[in-house]
Amino acid sequence: MGRKLLLEHIHVPGINTLAVYREKGGYRAVEKALKTMSPEDVVEEVKKSGLRGRGGAGFPTGMKWSFLAKPEGVPRYLVCNGDESEPGTFKDRYLMNNIPHALIEGMIVSSYALGANTSYIYIRGEMMPQIRIIENAIQEAKAAGWLGKNILGTGYDLEIYVQPGGGAYICGEETALLESLEGKRGNPRIKPPFPAVAGLYGCPTVVNNVESIAATVPIVNDGGEEYAKIGIERSTGTKLISASGNLVKPGVYEIEMGLPVEEFIFSDEYCGGIANGKRLKAVVAGGSSVPILPANLITKTINGNPRLMTYESLADGGFVSGTAMGSGGFIAFDEDQCIVRNTWNYTRFYRHESCGQCSPCREGTGWMEKLLYKIESGNGSLADIDLLWDIQRRIEGNTICPLGDAAAWPVAAAIRHFRDEFEWHILNPGESQQRNYGLAHYADPLEPVTQ
Amino acid sequence: MAEEIQKFKVSIDGIAIEVDPGTTILNAARQIGGDIVPPAMCYYSKLEGSGGKCRTCLVKVSKGSEKDPRPMPKLVASCRTTVMDGMEVQNITSPDVVDARKAVVEMLLINHPLDCPVCDQAGECKLQDLGYEHGAVNTRYEFERRTFDRVDLGDKIQLHMNRCILCYRCVFTANQLTGKREHGILYRGDHAEISTYIENALDHDFIGNVIDVCPVGALTDKTFRFKNRVWFTKPVDAHRDCPTCSGKVTLWYKGTDVIRVTGRKDEYDEVDEFICNTCRFEKKHTDDWVLEHPTNVSDQSVIASNHYHAFNPPAVIQENPQLKEANVEQLARSEKLK
Repeated sequence: MGRKLLLEHIHVPGINTLAVYREKGGYRAVEKALKTMSPEDVVEEVKKSGLRGRGGAGFPTGMKWSFLAKPEGVPRYLVCNGDESEPGTFKDRYLMNNIPHALIEGMIVSSYALGANTSYIYIRGEMMPQIRIIENAIQEAKAAGWLGKNILGTGYDLEIYVQPGGGAYICGEETALLESLEGKRGNPRIKPPFPAVAGLYGCPTVVNNVESIAATVPIVNDGGEEYAKIGIERSTGTKLISASGNLVKPGVYEIEMGLPVEEFIFSDEYCGGIANGKRLKAVVAGGSSVPILPANLITKTINGNPRLMTYESLADGGFVSGTAMGSGGFIAFDEDQCIVRNTWNYTRFYRHESCGQCSPCREGTGWMEKLLYKIESGNGSLADIDLLWDIQRRIEGNTICPLGDAAAWPVAAAIRHFRDEFEWHILNPGESQQRNYGLAHYADPLEPVTQ
Repeated sequence: MAEEIQKFKVSIDGIAIEVDPGTTILNAARQIGGDIVPPAMCYYSKLEGSGGKCRTCLVKVSKGSEKDPRPMPKLVASCRTTVMDGMEVQNITSPDVVDARKAVVEMLLINHPLDCPVCDQAGECKLQDLGYEHGAVNTRYEFERRTFDRVDLGDKIQLHMNRCILCYRCVFTANQLTGKREHGILYRGDHAEISTYIENALDHDFIGNVIDVCPVGALTDKTFRFKNRVWFTKPVDAHRDCPTCSGKVTLWYKGTDVIRVTGRKDEYDEVDEFICNTCRFEKKHTDDWVLEHPTNVSDQSVIASNHYHAFNPPAVIQENPQLKEANVEQLARSEKLK
């Protein structure tokens, strides 16, 4: 049984309330940090813990914090990125929904470490229940003296505000999030300057994912070194994985880093294997933007080593035979699933969510979507596969923000590992035109949807 | 005594130059000039925050600086990346850059119609130049292009979104020059479009400058539309005593008629000074202006096909005795400037 740091008390009735959360040891980290540690001590503990950003990029959190500029007379901000909208990723909303005070406690500890007196929790607008839950938790915490002026008599002041987002995937990109938070259109900014120098309202800002912020609580409670003992290599601690697809037990799991992927998929403690006794065909290991891997590469690396749930092991082999941990959106596909249909579906998403600022992403995602639909519907030619490959290659790396890469990688990996399926669609147009996965109404927007 | 600013040594395609700290790679390249200057569709030095969007100016930084000589992992937008001391940049000497630029041109042309024969921007269009320099002969795009209805933004400006490449220049111009936020981008991705709120008219004194900054033919001057091809016109620099703007413009002559007035542009197609609507749209007679000299047009430009370098009074004036008389004083003054 793996250790649980974030979801340990998830099944305790009423854990979403301050009283029960306190009974289970909640807000100890705030007391410890504010009363016995300096902000620099907290940063140091987070550095020692080896915690890497849980939003997808995996950048070391402590190092990110230490980059924060500290000019005199200028406020600093902590912004929590709760704009969780990567297809296949739903861990943050699960955490906010069930243990909101874990986030609030983490916000207080992190804000203290960064010297921020005003912090924001940016939550995707559609997640209205979570927004209300977090707002309620803030009110509870404030009424109990954990927020506001002179917290615990230490002289530290902190206000936390919840900001609903406009409902755009791109607002999960940190600079687009800041633009949106400032009330502007959520377009990514061109870096540099990085938010650590000029972020929210031009002031030094740290943007962290919900899970990263919540993870600071056990780090402060037990110490960074204890946290670093969990996991292996440079992947320390625990990680929330949102598992979905054709699994027996989809859901949100907290795993210790280093868990073998095979165990995660097939053991009863976690996903329980592939549903309906089918065989595993492919896995997207870290949310829709990371490369898809066929079954033979997801459990073992190209060298025959067991593939582990760590940043390093999942990335082993680069994008040729590896993938990425990403945000932990683990999607399994059984043998009946169509990779071309799935890739088209992802690309449709990225086309819809591209902000439109830069040309390759704006035009390229639309082009890819049309080509994928053409192939999927049995109207493609073999040359279309090469064209598709060329388009994704020309988007990747040439855009302002990583959305272009996120759109290109799934297409590249699908062609790389499942080219025969693309060819099947083209060589068997009659059969592919007759297939219907319940998505037929998307194919032709003018076609009436039958009830 | 003022402290001397430490200059940064930069090399672009092997050509070294020293520039002030804070200079972007693009502007450093512009100081060298020639073929190594990356193209720019969205960058406009007069507009704060512009650049970085079209990706035509991507370059390769093969050496970051003297202190950190590592190359940058990706191509960078030269218009938004500032130089470091010892930086080495590759533009046309890098196959990656040339390939990326070709890709960007292809993407830009997906939804941009090749209607140059009927477009008022033909001959002045940066996308046209870019297409000739970096584009492929054939398109690989086979799907239906996005199309929009033309929109009149007031009685003098027409927006033709089919041609728009979403460079945001006009949005920045409207925001920064007029101070009125009534013009921007709606929707996302390839559905995005430039628009006013519920088809408002744009009626600020300086709003005509959105036409000058548009690198393609999306925003056009309704007082000039379909009047002539630009290479049949004769540009002449002129000025007037304008209470609103500097009054320094370029008059575009067709015969004896001034058929268009624009701001004066430099070799990178950026206006020197923004001009007001009155100068642009309402002063279309030679006697409204004090003529200076023929506009200096690059030999590379199609406009140069009808232009002359030695100073002479514009032919239109020689042919018109009345105008010639009226301009004797101005011509004499211009002669002194030779």
